[in-house]
Order: sequence, then C-alpha cells, then structure tokens
Amino acid sequence: MKKTVYLDNAATSWPKPPGMMEAMVEYNRFIGASPGRSGHTRSVDAGRVLIDARQAVAKLFGVPDVLRVIFTKNATEALNIVISGLLGEGGHAVVTGMEHNSVMRPLNAARSRGADFSVVRCSGGGELDPGDAVPLIRRDTRLIVITHASNVTGTIMPVAEIAAIARERGIPLCVDAAQTAGAVPIDIEAMHIDLLAFTGHKSLYGPQGTGGLVIGGGLEHAIGPLMHGGTGSRSEFEVQPDFLPDKYESGTPNTIGIAGLHAGIGFVSGVGIDAVRRHEKSLTARLLERLESIDGVRVYGVKDPDRQTAVVSFAVDGMSPSDVSFALDEEYGVMSRPGLHCAPSAHKAIGTFPEGTVRFSAGFFTTREDIDYAADAVAAIAARGRKGAGK
Amino acid sequence: MKGADYCVMLFDSVSSTLLAEKILKGQEIPHKVIPVPRHISSDCGVCIRFSLDLRNRVEPALAGKVEFREICAL
Repeated sequence: MKKTVYLDNAATSWPKPPGMMEAMVEYNRFIGASPGRSGHTRSVDAGRVLIDARQAVAKLFGVPDVLRVIFTKNATEALNIVISGLLGEGGHAVVTGMEHNSVMRPLNAARSRGADFSVVRCSGGGELDPGDAVPLIRRDTRLIVITHASNVTGTIMPVAEIAAIARERGIPLCVDAAQTAGAVPIDIEAMHIDLLAFTGHKSLYGPQGTGGLVIGGGLEHAIGPLMHGGTGSRSEFEVQPDFLPDKYESGTPNTIGIAGLHAGIGFVSGVGIDAVRRHEKSLTARLLERLESIDGVRVYGVKDPDRQTAVVSFAVDGMSPSDVSFALDEEYGVMSRPGLHCAPSAHKAIGTFPEGTVRFSAGFFTTREDIDYAADAVAAIAARGRKGAGK
Repeated sequence: MKGADYCVMLFDSVSSTLLAEKILKGQEIPHKVIPVPRHISSDCGVCIRFSLDLRNRVEPALAGKVEFREICAL
C-alpha cells in the first residue's frame, strides 16, 4: 500500500510537534497586537512573547546576553546581515567549499561591490581540512564563514578547529547552523562562535518565516543593519537606533511565528538535543546501510552517522535525480529533494555538478519503518532503471 | 512640595524593558510595566514603575544583566 513518507526535513521539518500550532493560535486569539509599539496590555504581552522566545534561544545556544539574539525571517537573512555588513565595498572573506547559496550569493554580491572571497576546497566526501584555510587568509580578511553541516551530504564541518584559526587571527567566525540548530548541540562560547545564523523551520520545529542571528560582543558596531525602519524605540529620531536587538529588527516582527518557534524549541529542549541526535544517527545508519546495499545506487558524503546529520544524498545509475524523485513521490509517496539543493559549490566538491543528487533527510518524527519503506522504493526504482538500461 | 512616591526606569528598547521585568518578577520585587510618561520622554515605548523605596533593590537586581537608560522620580 502506498504510504506517505516525508524525507525532506532538511528543507522544512514536518510534521511539527504538538503545541507548535496551538501556540500560534493562542497568540492570535488572545494577544495578536504589535509588540513594543504601545503600552497597552496586548502590546506588552506581544513583547513578552518575543523576550520569552529570545531567552529560549539564548539558553539553547549558551548565549549569555539575551539581547544578542536577533530574530530574522530565516538563516538566509541572518547570513545576509553578516556578509553585507562586514564586507561593504571592500574586505575579504574565507568560506568553505560546501556553502549554500545563502552564503555564496551574498558573497558574490559583495564581490561586485569591490569585496573579495576565497573558497577552501573540500574533499569528495564534503570534508574540510582546517589547515587548508590558513593560506587563504589575507591581511584584509574580515570574516570566515563555515556551514556547521552541509545541506547536501550532511557532513559535519570542523567548526572548533576553524574557530581556533579565526580566533588566533582576530577574524570573526560566522557559522551557518541552518542544518544543525536543534539537531546537533551548539554552544557558542565553548565553540568560540562569533556569529551564529539559525533557522526556525528545520530542526527547531518552528514555522517557516522564523530564524535569527546571535551576534557576538562588539560586532554590532562593525555590522550595519540590512533594513532600517520603525522599532518602537527612540521614535523621536529618524535614524536607526544602534542598540540590540532593535538595530537589526525593523518593522513589525513575525510575532505569531516566533510564538510557534518558542514552542518548537520547547519541544526540542524537552526531548533533549542529545536524544534527537541519537535517534537521527540511528535512522542515518539504517538509511546508509540500506541504500549502499542496492545495486546501481551511489551514496555520497562521509557515510558515517557520527560525522553527518540525518541527510543522505544518492544517485541511481542511468536515471536523473529528478526522475528518481518524481517516481518516489508518484508511485510510493516518498518525498525527497532532487537537484542541486541551492548549493552548486557543494555539488562541485562531491562531483555531482550539474546533475545533482536525490536527497533524503530524516527528522525526529521519522521512523525506522519509514526509512525501510523509502529504501525499498529506491531498490524497486533502481531495479527498473537497470532493466531499462539493459534493453 | 510633596516628595515623589514612585520612580520609573527607562530602557533603550522594549526588549530590555521586558527582560528587566522578567528579572524583577523572578526576584519578587513589586513593579509595573507602564507607558513612558509623556513629560519624561516623547518615546512611544514602555518603562518600569516601582515604589521609590525599592530603588535600592531594583538597581542591584538588574546590574550586569540589563542596562537601563535612566531613572526618573515621578
């Protein structure tokens, strides 16, 4: 019987935990006002929703100062604030070869304004040798950006080693935690992360349109805001305030979404990130074992559950990733993501550019049965591909 | 002239104000979040009002946790 198996959690997690949508409904039913824009009860209550969520984020990532948590609509916006803020019309950045377009496109835009960047080459498994970053650092390097884990192969990157290199040279380190926030433990102080970009709609189990930036001490003086506008504070002045979080939070925020994000974080914290990680590791191990045993299926990445997130990229001989993904959905109800995953640089590193791969990404609610069902479906499609190729 | 009974603490942002509120609540120091009185500032935000005699408890409670802009007697 055709089931529904959702394996696109690296794009947006689904389903969401109980309580997430209820928090949003409750916000709209009982509060619903603009936070920080007036002194009336509901406006203040809306402000409390934001500060409560800020505290939950701060606790999750070990941020000592709650006001250093900036809400954005996603990790992309956070990365844009950092990249366009630190690389104005000059300066240089070092990035890894596994970055998403949320990093590469703002960098190329900065390059067109006169800045520059260098890319640390990664191996065919998507791994980075931290030593390779050192010769790329220049006198004018203002930023190092590293993804915590690749969205193509799931490969977890050596953040601590890169942080040591950055710290030694006084260069701010920005970590793109889109794939890891909520799925892999993060402590910004222990890991020496200066800037952390995260999203709410993946492993934090919040709604789309939520995310943020944790900004390290003093860096707000070097990073201009992406947007200027009303903040509800210092309204007598027609210039942007320079204090946190208002400097980077112009316009009415996504309070309803942030109420949902807080509930999502509450769920993840309740289960415990270590427990989430254990579950996802066991699913990844099963998925790797099953896919690697299928004739005509090539699996990419490090193929080691201890060194990757619950993301597995593969290809089927003789079939395009989009054909495989379509057959999985149409015939088996298995939802995957084919192609380049907004990360052409990463696909070049693993040798799958321009055709891409099929990506399965599990989440906390994925079961072992889901994985086996999806692997059976891949096996059936691959067998058919082999038969077709033999004709 | 009669002395002031209350004072208000002003912050840079609503986020700071509400963070301070959480800390004061946690330490059970009586206070109230109110709109910034018009004669103090043209800001459209909120501030924290407390009894003048609690000032010696409020300031240490917030020290090192959240910065305030000023304290005004009402």
